[in-house]
Amino acid sequence: MGSRRHFLQAFGSAGVLAGLVGSGLLRPGQALAVDFNRAAFDARSAADALRLIGATGAETSADILLKAPEIAENGAAVPIEVISNIPGTTRLSVLVDKNPFPLALQFNFAPPAVARFQAKLKMGESSRLRIVASAGGRHYTVFREVKVTAGGCG
Amino acid sequence: MADPMKIRASAKDGVTEVKILMSHEMETGQRKDAAGALIPAHFITEVSAEHNGRQVLAAQFGTAVSKNPYLAFKFKGGAKGDKLAVSWVDNKGDKRTDEVQIA
Repeated sequence: MGSRRHFLQAFGSAGVLAGLVGSGLLRPGQALAVDFNRAAFDARSAADALRLIGATGAETSADILLKAPEIAENGAAVPIEVISNIPGTTRLSVLVDKNPFPLALQFNFAPPAVARFQAKLKMGESSRLRIVASAGGRHYTVFREVKVTAGGCG
Repeated sequence: MADPMKIRASAKDGVTEVKILMSHEMETGQRKDAAGALIPAHFITEVSAEHNGRQVLAAQFGTAVSKNPYLAFKFKGGAKGDKLAVSWVDNKGDKRTDEVQIA
């Protein structure tokens, strides 16, 4: 899978990466920008989006913390916070299963970044919220059902 | 050119916390106007943050990010007075970069 190969090349070894950065051969920006798969954002189903980001076999992990409201009053701005305690997390992806385009956002973190963020999402209707954390070429996931009383996509 | 971002960056105990409020319509392409015609999608696709010229975060957005996106993240390092630049690009090629000093 192309995206997985890029991922391994870019992030395969933090030590190698640090060495390259130190020698000035590789700017971190380049390493970060390489492996996004924009097509995944056009996927119409969560399964397709997961396949395109190369995370079909993601295993459930308790080391990803997802803070999201159980019931969101306003689907136009659902606040979420994601923290990954998985060592070496380089990417976090957020999917809303029932949105027209499930993949909402993806973050790539350079090694000094802490794998956590807050953002606000639109949710068209009550749906499963799914986080995928990628670390060292492996994928981990966590789910949460969020009820929406007024949709944000209409 | 879009309105400026509001950025707060504060360093504490070797970790810099960054909060960003972008000003953008984030039109999904799903909504219809009064005449029933679809309003074309117009949304931020890429966001990137650089600390003293070194990239610390690269994000990709889809249409499901809220209007006027709010984003908060942290990275190790950064000291008071360092430069932090945040830039975004949208699907129409419009872009904006704003820079602040870490407080």
